[in-house]
Amino acid sequence: MGSATTNTTSSSTADTTGDAAGTGGVLLEVTGLRKHFPIKRGIIFQKQVGLVKAVDGLNFTVRRGETFGLVGESGCGKSTTGRLLTRLLRPTDGQIVLNGQDISYLPQRQVRPIRRDMQMIFQDPFSSLNPRHTVGSIVGAPFRLQRVETEGGIKRAVQELLELVGLNPEHYNRYPHEFSGGQAQRIGIARALALRPKLMVCDEPVSALDVSIRAQIINLLQDLQEEFDLTYVFIAHDLSVVRHISDRVAVMYLGHIVELGEARQIYQHPLHPYTHALLSAIPISDPDVDQARERILLTGDVPSPLNPPSGCPFRTRCWKAQDICRTERPPLAEKATGHQVACHFPEDRALIPASDR
Amino acid sequence: MTSLLEVEDLRVRFSTEDGVVRAVDGVSFEVDRGQTLGIVGESGSGKSVTSLAIMGLLRGRFTVEGSVTLGGDELVRADPDFVRELRGNRMAMIFQDPLSSLHPYYTVGNQIIEAYRLHTGATKRVARKRAVDLLGRVGIPQPEGRIDDYPHQFSGGMRQRVMIAMALACDPELLIADEPTTALDVTVQAQILNLIADLQEEFGTAVILITHDLGVVAGVADEALVMYAGRPVEHGTLRQVFYEPRHPYTWGLLSSVTRLDREPEHRLRPISGNPPSLIDVPSGCPFHPRCPYRMLPEPCSTEVPEYAPVNGGHLVACHLSEQERTETFARDILPRVQSSVRKGG
Ligand SMILES: Nc1ncnc2c1ncn2[C@@H]1O[C@H](COP(=O)(O)OP(=O)(O)O)[C@@H](O)[C@H]1O
Ligand SMILES: Nc1ncnc2c1ncn2[C@@H]1O[C@H](COP(=O)(O)OP(=O)(O)O)[C@@H](O)[C@H]1O
Ligand code: SF4
Ligand code: SF4
Ligand SMILES: [Mg+2]
Ligand SMILES: [Mg+2]
Repeated sequence: MGSATTNTTSSSTADTTGDAAGTGGVLLEVTGLRKHFPIKRGIIFQKQVGLVKAVDGLNFTVRRGETFGLVGESGCGKSTTGRLLTRLLRPTDGQIVLNGQDISYLPQRQVRPIRRDMQMIFQDPFSSLNPRHTVGSIVGAPFRLQRVETEGGIKRAVQELLELVGLNPEHYNRYPHEFSGGQAQRIGIARALALRPKLMVCDEPVSALDVSIRAQIINLLQDLQEEFDLTYVFIAHDLSVVRHISDRVAVMYLGHIVELGEARQIYQHPLHPYTHALLSAIPISDPDVDQARERILLTGDVPSPLNPPSGCPFRTRCWKAQDICRTERPPLAEKATGHQVACHFPEDRALIPASDR
Repeated sequence: MTSLLEVEDLRVRFSTEDGVVRAVDGVSFEVDRGQTLGIVGESGSGKSVTSLAIMGLLRGRFTVEGSVTLGGDELVRADPDFVRELRGNRMAMIFQDPLSSLHPYYTVGNQIIEAYRLHTGATKRVARKRAVDLLGRVGIPQPEGRIDDYPHQFSGGMRQRVMIAMALACDPELLIADEPTTALDVTVQAQILNLIADLQEEFGTAVILITHDLGVVAGVADEALVMYAGRPVEHGTLRQVFYEPRHPYTWGLLSSVTRLDREPEHRLRPISGNPPSLIDVPSGCPFHPRCPYRMLPEPCSTEVPEYAPVNGGHLVACHLSEQERTETFARDILPRVQSSVRKGG
């Protein structure tokens, strides 16, 4: 293992791009974003019996043309965040500024035109495709909904899109069930791409796919990004997929971002104990490398978001927890340029073997 | 010299409205006491049907051919009562979704106690004590307090622990774990895999671990068997399959995975196309429509490649000669699949 004190080159290059919010470099700016779901009981007089703090105060920016990865285990608030960003959900609190426009509380009627700029891709490709519609009508829907004129008609535009995502344009009249999972995901991507959005929020787009198909879709997303200057928010629970595709990564736990930085910082110099545990748990397809590395086995389960711990959300499973962790929530603070962590006792710990440290 | 479990030329077919599904088509392998065999392959490659056939748990309109012996006892042609007797006693299985095999209306304690008593004839008191021991052993905190809880009162990871406790109640010689961690978060997956490895060491159980994740196999198995379209295509020790793989499908899998120990700039090399339907399996080598190294039309689309040893116990089903395979691997594949760590030194 290399020394943990060396600085990465990427942290110094980050200076030049900087976190200059408000400049042309930033596409999306999120401040204090919260989503709390009331839990109600009772049939006639619904009484609120609890509050799920699914997303509880997120701050981050997404730069034009980058892939911003959002990782964490199930229930930590990734999908809720994605749905807030694309305004499928209305925030409880906080701000979302897309392309200089505050879209946080726009009524749905006014959100629709913005959908041209931001689209979402989902984990289960089939459930997001209407089984009674042909591929042609699914992929062409955005043109009709947004009343967009296309050169040569919608059919031609759709066939070009199908070709772009690697589907046979002659399959225009087929139904979703006639396609495999990987192909259905391509259909979802074609639909999302139709109006040439600036931002694509991809919510676990490859999690349900087999490894060979997963690789096809990852490559496709990378090619499309290059061709159309797309910005991705890429949500996944698989840290190796996220590392492969992301420029910057935010690690979430119980509705909070606990660590955020350049991919290289997060993977080579992780500072938060939860990031350490996640990294040490990801299997590596090389027996010697996998079996030789350090393991951190967490005990217990993620606490219920209905009743989150006081102070640091990770303290109930953290082997480093002290009294202060129970009483004070650590703020997300910058520890190196562009590298933020929310922990009272951060520590640079090398957990994945790498030759390029 | 015989192994605990010997599977020979196992074939399972289902007749369905759409035609005959050749779900398992000539699978052979052995597993010894204290050994873990990892079976990998994409969905629909016949992994679950193989394990259900071994356990005598197939349902529907099916035919089974070939032979499965556990400690010398033949299971394929055996009386179903005999196989039921072995199940839970000498062999047990855990599934991806523990809820599918736990009864929702009985407490977990009850289910473990019943399973244990059925197989050992122990008294209720003895069985209850054993159940508490087992729940503690698999890492359920305060097992005395949890034994009278119902399955839905446990989290996903805890339920999988309960399943493991139940499977181990009678000290089985063989444990089949079919995607036991696929539905779990990675930190919980790490706990469960660790638990299975510990218990195996303690009880000397033979384990078959089925997964679509090559990394899981790399972490816990002794040997790996790669399946494609219902057939075994490669089988060897971990070193053989990961460091000297000889089948183009295995190469494709290894080139498709994202890895933490590799430079992220590395471009993935997916396998083109999709896995075939098992109703309409391609002629010759079933992988030939997707194989970059196929020789067409002969022999790859006309002759089924023999599943034969290439060196030592390393088995491969491919028409390429050993020389072609080693050269191609060194030239095209190794630079892509090698860990950055290894390349560095
Ligand atoms: N509509 C809803 N009503 C109540 N709780 C919800 C709703 N949507 C999500 N949640 C809860 O919010 C938390 C975060 O969920 P989610 O954003 O889906 O997490 P992830 O995508 O990271 O798995 C979970 O505890 C989930 O149960
Ligand atoms: N009861 C059944 N009837 C008909 N076909 C089945 C049945 N069970 C499995 N199959 C088919 O057998 C093939 C192998 O399935 P399976 O063993 O479950 O794959 P895997 O576990 O590798 O994903 C698939 O094509 C599946 O559709
Ligand atoms: S703040 Fe305390 S409990 Fe939280 S991660 Fe850091 S050390 Fe652990
Ligand atoms: S037999 Fe032919 S088609 Fe099949 S894997 Fe070998 S080279 Fe490829
Ligand atoms: Mg989600
Ligand atoms: Mg299966």
